[in-house]
Amino acid sequence: MSRPFAPLSRLLHWTMAVLIVAMLFIGIAMVSSLSDYHRLVAIHKPLGIAILVLVAIRLVNRLFNPPPPLPNGMPGLLRFAAHASHWLLYGLMFALPLVGWGMLSAAGYPIVLLGAWHLPPILPHSDALYAALRPLHTVLAFALFATFLAHLGAALMHALVFRDGVFRSMAKF
Amino acid sequence: MSQPEPQPESDYSLSALLRPASLLRLGAIGVVVAAVAGSFAWAAGWLSPGRLDQKRIINGFEAVNGPHPGFRRNHAKGVCLTGWFDSNGAGTRLSHAMVFRTGRVPVFGRFALAGGMPRLPDGPAVVRSMALDFSLPDGETWRTGMNDIPVFPVKDAQGFYDQLAAGVPDPKTGKPDPAAMKAFLAAHPEAAAAIARIKAEPMSSGFADAAYNSLNAFRFISAAGTATPVRWSMVPVDGFAPAAKVQGSNGLFEALAARLRHGPAQWHLIVTIGQPGDPTNDAALPWPKDREQVDAGTLTVSALQSEADGNCRDINFDPLVLPAGIKPSDDPLLSARSAAYAVSFTRRAREPKSPSAVQLGAPS
Repeated sequence: MSRPFAPLSRLLHWTMAVLIVAMLFIGIAMVSSLSDYHRLVAIHKPLGIAILVLVAIRLVNRLFNPPPPLPNGMPGLLRFAAHASHWLLYGLMFALPLVGWGMLSAAGYPIVLLGAWHLPPILPHSDALYAALRPLHTVLAFALFATFLAHLGAALMHALVFRDGVFRSMAKF
Repeated sequence: MSQPEPQPESDYSLSALLRPASLLRLGAIGVVVAAVAGSFAWAAGWLSPGRLDQKRIINGFEAVNGPHPGFRRNHAKGVCLTGWFDSNGAGTRLSHAMVFRTGRVPVFGRFALAGGMPRLPDGPAVVRSMALDFSLPDGETWRTGMNDIPVFPVKDAQGFYDQLAAGVPDPKTGKPDPAAMKAFLAAHPEAAAAIARIKAEPMSSGFADAAYNSLNAFRFISAAGTATPVRWSMVPVDGFAPAAKVQGSNGLFEALAARLRHGPAQWHLIVTIGQPGDPTNDAALPWPKDREQVDAGTLTVSALQSEADGNCRDINFDPLVLPAGIKPSDDPLLSARSAAYAVSFTRRAREPKSPSAVQLGAPS
């Protein structure tokens, strides 16, 4: 409990925190915008792939730098919520970019990152696949935003109410 | 590494949470979380329900045309095309896009009638369109959607929506209210001028002798990084014949199929170079006729296919699917088109499909 997260873990956490929150706001603004739509889509795609790469690095880093244990006094229900929400976050961080990449593939869009740099399709061109993946992308995005809000609330609970060192173990700069 | 301060007295009990000091902090946390959720709602546009967004544009099409599940909300009636593009290399001085290097790239696309009625009878005065997908050798894609009119009737999304809204049928008469169109034209003098220009341009007799124009401006980026404002057109090799009475409800499409039985139809990709001061942000305004033009190569359309699973029917000809070397201009219609096409594409992908009006038989 007294041990902070490893520096690389903290760097990955806060970098991804900024990118993912930006991504969620860009995503939700994009799907209604007219004049900014293209600008936002052009950021959304490479940013999503960047998040996919970072979450893969983060999962590997987790094996080498395991997170500090939760405080001994924390009740079982809170411990369960903490662990479950973290694995949910990991799952969504992987699933959203992969579903996004897959749905663009199924729609027959090129997956342009920057200039001529683009990714290959990961699924065949299929209207039915696109029709299933496009709404899934939205549902998962809302789930990620909800999980992020819970994570933010819980982090602030640790920082301000429980004051048990959990927040400081990540927010040590 | 310094140790965090020990916190031996952490109390997770409910009674600890209900102490006044804890409640105050809980309240503050609630405010923070609510503020983040509220910003998200703002970004989503949920706090400004009257705002014109991409869904309202497509809802406008659905209000004008009625429900036609599975079909494009605009340019609903069409047929797929396949062919190739032979670049002559002349475009490379303007754009480093691979498509302009000398050589051949495969092309597929779609001929269509403007408007959201998938069973609209062909007529001599209906606007025709050509949408293309150039599949470049390095895996890049260039898509363009062009119309056989000289300028676009409106210059921005609001004008487009207002024009659509003026065309919504009156529930009493089943026809659009002429007063609404009058009011639209009075409120949008630029549209009145553009429509006069469109009407002044003679329509061709069919798909094969029509010139199709990008209407929106783009920027070509040269290998040296120089940006040139451009508009482009597909100018037919077939000689122009004036529009005449069309035989049958699919007469224009059948005439195109008959034309291709005699051999491929061709178009020159003519790139018009804008000069400083030429409007790049207003597709309703023409550029002066004397602007330099570059013939970048020849499009050959060799075959047509009826719309079906997995062909051009299931492709979004988004005008902002661009290869490196071509960039959007400051024309606000481009992003709006891209956004509205995406909504139309997603809606129809989820709907049941029925056969398209144009069904091509075996070549006779």
